[in-house]
Amino acid sequence: MKKTTLNEKTESMKGNSTGMQRRSFVKLLGGGIFIFFQPWDILNLNDLTLPQARSLTKDYNAFLQIAEDGTVKCYTGKIEMGQGPITSLPQMMADELNVPLEKIKMIMGDTDLCPYDAGTWGSQTTQTFGPAMRAAAAEARGVLVDLAAVKLGVPATQLEVNDGIVTDTKNPKNKVSYAQLAKGKKLEKYLDTKPSVEEYTKFTYVGRPYKHADALEKVTGKAKYTGDLRLPGMVFARILRPPSHGAKLTTVDVSGAEQVKGTQVVRDGDFIAVLNETRDKADEAIVKIKAEYSFNELKVNDRNLYDRMVGADSRINVIRTNGDIEAGMQQSDKIFESEFYDPYVAHAAIETHTALANLEGDKMTVWASTQSPFGLQDEISRELGFPREKVRVITPFVGGGFGGKAANQQGVEAAKLAKLSKKPVMLVWTRDEEFFYDTFHPAGVYRIKSGIDKAGLIKLWDYSLYYGGSRGSDTIYDVPNAKTTSYGQNMDAVQIHPFGTGAWRAPNNNSNTFARESQIDIMASAAGIDPLEFRLMNLKDEKMIACWKAVAEKFGYVPAKTPSGRGIGIACGTDAGSWVALMAEVKVDKSTGHVQVVRVACAQDMGLCVNPQGALIQMEGCIMMGLGYSLSEEIQFEGGDIKNRGFDNYQIPRFSWIPKMDCIILDRKNLPPKGGGEPAIIGIGAIIANAIHDATGARLYRMPMTPARVLEALKKA
Amino acid sequence: MEEKIKFKLNGKATEITTDPSQTLLWVLRNQLGLTGTKFGCGSGFCGSCTVLIDREASRSCMLPVSDIAGKEVITIEGLSGKGKLHPIQKAFIEHDALQCGYCTSGMIMTSAAMLMKNPSLTRQEIINGLEENLCRCGAHTRIIDAVETAAKEMKGGK
Repeated sequence: MKKTTLNEKTESMKGNSTGMQRRSFVKLLGGGIFIFFQPWDILNLNDLTLPQARSLTKDYNAFLQIAEDGTVKCYTGKIEMGQGPITSLPQMMADELNVPLEKIKMIMGDTDLCPYDAGTWGSQTTQTFGPAMRAAAAEARGVLVDLAAVKLGVPATQLEVNDGIVTDTKNPKNKVSYAQLAKGKKLEKYLDTKPSVEEYTKFTYVGRPYKHADALEKVTGKAKYTGDLRLPGMVFARILRPPSHGAKLTTVDVSGAEQVKGTQVVRDGDFIAVLNETRDKADEAIVKIKAEYSFNELKVNDRNLYDRMVGADSRINVIRTNGDIEAGMQQSDKIFESEFYDPYVAHAAIETHTALANLEGDKMTVWASTQSPFGLQDEISRELGFPREKVRVITPFVGGGFGGKAANQQGVEAAKLAKLSKKPVMLVWTRDEEFFYDTFHPAGVYRIKSGIDKAGLIKLWDYSLYYGGSRGSDTIYDVPNAKTTSYGQNMDAVQIHPFGTGAWRAPNNNSNTFARESQIDIMASAAGIDPLEFRLMNLKDEKMIACWKAVAEKFGYVPAKTPSGRGIGIACGTDAGSWVALMAEVKVDKSTGHVQVVRVACAQDMGLCVNPQGALIQMEGCIMMGLGYSLSEEIQFEGGDIKNRGFDNYQIPRFSWIPKMDCIILDRKNLPPKGGGEPAIIGIGAIIANAIHDATGARLYRMPMTPARVLEALKKA
Repeated sequence: MEEKIKFKLNGKATEITTDPSQTLLWVLRNQLGLTGTKFGCGSGFCGSCTVLIDREASRSCMLPVSDIAGKEVITIEGLSGKGKLHPIQKAFIEHDALQCGYCTSGMIMTSAAMLMKNPSLTRQEIINGLEENLCRCGAHTRIIDAVETAAKEMKGGK
């Protein structure tokens, strides 16, 4: 790393992207040593399907503070929603700084205390933020050692650091702590060079399993989520909602609501809400509003959607191509054409979108369950006309996000109500609102034309996706003639989807992997080749092959042509810089169509694994959550009306669904860390579809694979 | 009309004056400051709001507060006694049986009701008993492991 000189006065004091002087962070936080940094690689993100409220910052977007008591604090706009950075980021810092883990504190998602960050998604926290943070920690250590050298009167090379104490190796009594070094200092450093932290040589904390750092708070009910906060004079809000997307309010009578004791009706055009000191009374009042609507007669529904997508006059975008499709046709002995379908799927976090807004003077403070606090700050600033620095967003614990809390409508609504009523307003979306305003995983159609030669080598791969995202649409296999085409992205998609869509855990990779790995199995089966052997014949990617070997051994895989009657299905893919291979065994009840997944094995190459315990939990979570999109989850709709808006008719995985799970993380300590919270979910649809085929000979082309669809496929088999 | 309601809350005799048509969930969360009990769906489908009423697991989002008059209510805050964690809470930490933690209170309270009645439950019985509690992060298998561990400890009379 470039050696920077110590500079008590800061060399550059340009304003940062929050509109705040960097100096003000320092002023706010007292003394100590500050190291500002930024994850440079964030500029190279290739699949930004999420809202970018601001152009990506080119300024420092996080910093470390070695406080005067020796505590190391990391201020970042990233947030904790169960995926574990509150545990894994301190592990990385502790190793670089040589401090005990418990000396490290994460201050996350507060727009006043933390510099701008685009948001927490896309598995970027560990792979792009992590290395930059490590570099900052290494820099901090360097600064501290230099200060110690002066203080102890010996050269820096003669010093060593253990648990936050710098010691003279020649005279161990000559020592000084980080706290003593930071005391009374106001020192700022800025990392201007791309971090190039060497590989880890020392693994005191990194690479070891650590349990959730926040577990004690969470098992005792003490952890504070947004909905748990209380302010004096706070009122609960309920908002009048249209019965369907696109419906317009024509007449309204709020007198019934006004008669509910203690209720205030707030109105701004069609935006009507009731406020009450108690949530139950607000619930009672909102249903007393009489409203009529005119309807936008959208003809689209969950039955004709896929035909509309394929038939639409869509923009065509060839994402990648190699070789020649015509040549591929000629080189192929057998050609296979399939179409796969994937519906809208809800995020369905157990905590609904929640926000508490409080206007004091001209400053709006909003606590929100959000994956993008700075995005919410921008939206409030824009929609309510507050200068950005007059909006503070604070992120308490978030009760599940999965991409859904990148959308911040509830935060803007709460702020609007606080502005209108001049009271602190708590808005906790109902489950119905949560399903209605979710930014769903987008439905899509995936069409594949592929071919193999007499030996079973893939010669043709013509892949088209309609209205789904392209993440995970890579061919993966070694195919001489391949093309990937996307139909109808961006503006077209806005028009074809009758409601909001967005990123859902490993956005669209679930759909692309389902389609690709089903098609691979179809070809292997037709060629009379075991599906694993078929894949290995057509793969050159060493990392993928290594994952296959690991998972096959763990699973105890015995090769067989499909359908073998055993109910075994396999699939692989890449996501968030990681490689993953999966195997499953299922039981299919041929009389009811019910599918029980008996066991799943998963091998993942995620580069250096910072916290193997956390990563394992994420893999297990991916498998469980994946069962839902594969077997039961589908938004039913008629025009803009969403039919299933509760956990009674939108089924998410339950305890009785638990398969036996065997997860392996490949040892890759010498490689940079990659995303680990999403990869394992991408292959669940495919392993189940392939296992159903192996068990019964029936092929499922449409998710979710409900009992009715399994029965239908069985009839055709 | 407000009414006085007397009941036992987390081991203490409690009297509140409140609108009796309110749900227990929101009275706990707003009037009594016990926010460990969560709102998840408001219709009894997710189990995040589970508390113990006379040692039975009950969904507080569906229950008028008037129904608890004369009864004993235990919430997640009252499960650990004298600074000592309940065996289920301990086992949840030991097995890392949570991610976002939002469903955790409901999972622990539902399990507590089951194990208070019968600490000799089989794994399958624990699964059946938690079937109506929802977790979206996918911590399921660790939750079952944790409840099994806690059952062993409770059976041992600790």
